[in-house]
Amino acid sequence: MSEISKVAYQVMWNRLISVVEEQAQALIRTSFSTSVREAGDLSAGVYNEKGLMLAQAVTGTPGHVNAMADAVAHFIRRIGRDNICEGDVYITNNPWEGTGHLHDITIVSPSFHQKKLVGFFACTAHVVDVGGRGFGADANSVYEEGLHIPIMKFVDRGTVNDTLEMIIRGNVREPDQLVGDIYALATCNEIGHRRLIDMMVEFKLADLAGISDFILTNSRQATLDKIAALPRAQAEGHMRIDGYSRPIDLCVKITIEEDGVLCDWAGTTGVDKNGINVPLVYTKAYTCYALKCAIAPEIPNNAASLEPFRITAPEHTIVNAVWPAPVALRHIIGHMVPDTIYDALDKILPGVAPAEGAGSLCNFQVSLRPRNDAAVPADAVRAEVLTFNSGGSGARPTLDGMNATAFPSGVMTMPVEATEQVGPVIVWRKELRPDSGGNGRQRGGLGQHMEVGAWEGYEFDMQAMFDRVHHPARGRRGGGAGAPTTIVLDDGTAMKGKGKQFVPHGRKVIMAFPGGAGYGAPGERRMESVERDLALGYITAEIAASEYGLSKERVAEVQAIARRGELPR
Amino acid sequence: MSILGARLGVDIGGTFTDVVLQRDGKRFSTKVLTTYAAPEDAIIEGMHRVCSKAGVQVSSIAQIIHGTTLATNALIERRGAKTALITTEGFRDVIEMRTESRFEQYDLNMTLPQPLLPRNRRYTVRERMDARGQVLIPLDRTEVETLADELREAGYESVAIGLLHSYVNDAHERMIHDVLAERLPGVMISLSSEVSPQMREYERFNTTIANSYIKPLMKSYLVRLKGRLEAEGASCPIFLMHSGGGIISLESASEFPVRLVESGPAGGAVFAAHIAAQHGLAKVLSFDMGGTTAKICLIKNYTPKTARVFEVARTYRFKKGSGMPISIPVIDMVEIGAGGGSLAHVDSMKQIRVGPESAGSEPGPACYGRGGKRPAVTDADVVLGKIDPDNFAAGTIKLFADESAAALKAEIGGKLGMGSEESAWGVAEVVDENMANAARVHAVENGEDLSGYTMIAFGGAAPLHAGRLCEKLGIERCLVPPGAGVGSAIGFLRAPFSFEANRTLFMRLSRFDTQRVTRLFDEMELEATRAVRSCGWSGEILTDYKVYMRYAGQGWEIPVMLTSEEARSADPSVILQRFEHEYVNLFGRTVRGPEAEITVWSVNAQTPATSVAPVEALSVTRPVATRTARSFFDAGLGKRVEASAHDRDALPAGSEVSGPSIITEDETTIILPSSRLAVTLNDGCIDIRLQQAPKASHAANAKEAAHV
Repeated sequence: MSEISKVAYQVMWNRLISVVEEQAQALIRTSFSTSVREAGDLSAGVYNEKGLMLAQAVTGTPGHVNAMADAVAHFIRRIGRDNICEGDVYITNNPWEGTGHLHDITIVSPSFHQKKLVGFFACTAHVVDVGGRGFGADANSVYEEGLHIPIMKFVDRGTVNDTLEMIIRGNVREPDQLVGDIYALATCNEIGHRRLIDMMVEFKLADLAGISDFILTNSRQATLDKIAALPRAQAEGHMRIDGYSRPIDLCVKITIEEDGVLCDWAGTTGVDKNGINVPLVYTKAYTCYALKCAIAPEIPNNAASLEPFRITAPEHTIVNAVWPAPVALRHIIGHMVPDTIYDALDKILPGVAPAEGAGSLCNFQVSLRPRNDAAVPADAVRAEVLTFNSGGSGARPTLDGMNATAFPSGVMTMPVEATEQVGPVIVWRKELRPDSGGNGRQRGGLGQHMEVGAWEGYEFDMQAMFDRVHHPARGRRGGGAGAPTTIVLDDGTAMKGKGKQFVPHGRKVIMAFPGGAGYGAPGERRMESVERDLALGYITAEIAASEYGLSKERVAEVQAIARRGELPR
Repeated sequence: MSILGARLGVDIGGTFTDVVLQRDGKRFSTKVLTTYAAPEDAIIEGMHRVCSKAGVQVSSIAQIIHGTTLATNALIERRGAKTALITTEGFRDVIEMRTESRFEQYDLNMTLPQPLLPRNRRYTVRERMDARGQVLIPLDRTEVETLADELREAGYESVAIGLLHSYVNDAHERMIHDVLAERLPGVMISLSSEVSPQMREYERFNTTIANSYIKPLMKSYLVRLKGRLEAEGASCPIFLMHSGGGIISLESASEFPVRLVESGPAGGAVFAAHIAAQHGLAKVLSFDMGGTTAKICLIKNYTPKTARVFEVARTYRFKKGSGMPISIPVIDMVEIGAGGGSLAHVDSMKQIRVGPESAGSEPGPACYGRGGKRPAVTDADVVLGKIDPDNFAAGTIKLFADESAAALKAEIGGKLGMGSEESAWGVAEVVDENMANAARVHAVENGEDLSGYTMIAFGGAAPLHAGRLCEKLGIERCLVPPGAGVGSAIGFLRAPFSFEANRTLFMRLSRFDTQRVTRLFDEMELEATRAVRSCGWSGEILTDYKVYMRYAGQGWEIPVMLTSEEARSADPSVILQRFEHEYVNLFGRTVRGPEAEITVWSVNAQTPATSVAPVEALSVTRPVATRTARSFFDAGLGKRVEASAHDRDALPAGSEVSGPSIITEDETTIILPSSRLAVTLNDGCIDIRLQQAPKASHAANAKEAAHV
């Protein structure tokens, strides 16, 4: 294959990236889980025959970055090379060999060309339900969190494993949707496979050895070049967050070496007895993601570009929980990993890392049913509604934080009109939360207000998955903290940031999601920006005066201008 | 439509205003520089030019069809009117919060696009409907009256009204409308339940705001234009091209100017569809490549594919999500940042990247010799011998090949250890691959296999790249029509009067409500046909019915076409059958278990297509003797080849040219790779075909091998 030109390799790399994007698109269009189709919580990748990842689709969730890179090696080991046949499809939802919790189903399909194994396709999707206690933090072990499917064949040489399908159907709340999603995952690998074979025919390839080598060598070198340009240094980062029933300390030490970046999570709090623990693979994903954003944002993810980022954590810390720790809501802690990394990285690379932000997504699930203290209406329905919402992101060294925009997760929210089509839920309010962005030379992004209730005649359980109630985002270099999360019933009854809580008929849950923190001292903020924020209602007159020193007269002038629909200056 | 007399097609583009006059089957065209301050000036000048070319009086023009980028540009450049939004309390920030996600995952310094209206122009009223259209909180009229006074004081010119769930029940929107109409005479009002009655508040509100925002500007422009044309003696009716590929009356366009967004490219697709019909090509991929972007569209059975939502004003490298959604019926096109001016560089992985950054016209590609030091696609085409530097644009622009070679050497070759020719090959291959990937993804998303498709290539850069693109996509046939430089304006003259009405209504097939469906279809058909009648059309009107369906629980709907009988008999079992057929076509298999449901309903009314005169088949073809010889780099073979060279004008119908060959015309150059031959057809189209039939039957094997 030495005749293949440099130009051909350029084209093929390009093509493989397009193949995985197409694979991901196919999944978004056929899956049933709102988390996949609306929020973009999925991944897709192509691998060589050794199981090394060559390309991965850029989707809404960095949480699958390393998990996907590692997964195929587990499949090869468990299935056994001799047992890998044309027409096979493999499955698992093992949190430690897949992507971190039972709700992620990973499907791997071997690719054969001219009877020879040439590579693999893998994809992952967050499904609605896997049985057990349902999606939440309340379990005390992984056994309570749902059905576990160890790595096995879902399709053996073209024949679907009906026994497995029956077991799955018998153990989950939405069997049609889950099985539909499994088929959607298999189909998306099949689409990737067909495109790969087209490419191999076009370029007359017998295997992927040449193109793998080209991709991996160039990616490794590019990553190493970026790392070589950094100062050799070591720094520690720390962040305290709410946890479930006790605060959690996240501690990391970053060491920049010549040929890699080491991150060690020693010193971090031990595993929790509730389902917010994180398998190491997921910690690695968010650690790596945070570092890549800061150091090598344009290098695509593959086995070689990820390898120089080496991540370790002592077993039984909350960031390296082992079987059978409960892990369903591993994202809450996982989403806090980047801010902890940036606390350390800011000491090595000043002027790159943003201030802390909302961190984890502000998700909640409501389980609606007819009220149990009155006659049930004739056409009563029940419904499970999971929503994805974002607080504010942290201010950047030269830019304000983003309002109600997720970071590090990139998933999307659902339109309220679509949410309300799902069941008897009413979202009474979903809008920006003034004064929630941390003050600073650069202001933190605003969080948001949400109010949720049910139709007349219904009550519900609220499964809360919030952090930053007691530990709001901290500012950087003199910037102020973001506003904390608040949650309460409309009659004033207090509610907790995490766990399932009953909401009686007629009541609403009033929530305010956290803002991002500020960057730099508020006194250094340009007055035009302060006046603009006031005119837009991002900050109130009180904050404009007390934090930024805007005079009473000017406040009144700006407010008058804003009322005329104009902006100052 | 059969209209007697001359018809004028006018397309205002970013750089040029194209004007085409058609009379008795003959066409006369001209390009005038767009006059931004008063766009009608260029139209008037162009009209006089083509009239004198054709020897007709302005007064004998029977009809003018107009398409324009003005609406799109006003949105991109934020030059709209002072506009307010009135929305449901608790939802002031819908257009600012968007989807709450980042469109670029790895950029810590990403910035979000600014909403069309700043927060202090967004007002709320206390009211609420639920998803079934039942009133949860009634609207208080006095609150609206107070708000109206506030709006008057602030001096708004235009007001958008967007309330939650108004696509099911528009009563509150209407009530606000009535109060405003009474209290704010002269202020323009747009209702979300009229502009885009579809579920999903972000898209609906943004579309309604966009409509309000450009309405005063477009309305005054259209009124002015009509006056100017009348003053010049053209008092004929004027119609507007809309984004869905049809034409609407000046009055409808003034009321719903958001429907004019992307009308130019829509004209291009209609142009290609017409060529497809003339040649009896049921499956066509239209490929329009200009200076900064390439646009790709699927055309089946002579009808361009349509969609319900698209994105305009992307702010970040053409990235999905970085613009704003507009939900109106639109021709479904993929636009990528790949054109003659797209710049190439080498990234940190030693990969060649091309676009979306463009050299523009100043300084332009390096070969223009105006100080551009970075290589563009045009530079690669010069070095590869595809463009003759001494004969570019009919010799009006002198190109400097050594500047191209130097730029390629410096930016590409020097970093990858390649000579300038190999670098140019790499750049051309990468840009062609980008376009091929976009076409493949678009085809897959629509359940199509491109190997049975014919390409129709137009736009200045398309014929240079079409041959290679066909090789990459396994497409066996490509037509390059004449007049491709003013394709959109010609397309306007081919477009039917049409209007598509859409509604959101969720209905599972198991709870199919025949009466309600019949009522809904009646109402939509009335709306759509009324819009067509308002164009003064009294003949036959055709209606197409379409429903968007999915399995309950999915989030992605697929369009299912219904015949008039199927729609009117409203039989759920027939609809299910049609849905399952489409689903299998797209995704390979149906899904056991979940029920099918309909989410969006659509009726399109249009005038019947002009009877298309099929192009007469050639009786004989004659190989053309090679005149001058040139050489170019054949990317598929990976080497330079000796090629014949021809002027397009010197190739009458029946001429056959075998690749490798170069066919030059004033506006562009057709590159015929070694794998292809070309025949001039009776209508002047150059028909590019595969040299010999593929040996293997398997589609993948039919694709030619690349440079091995």
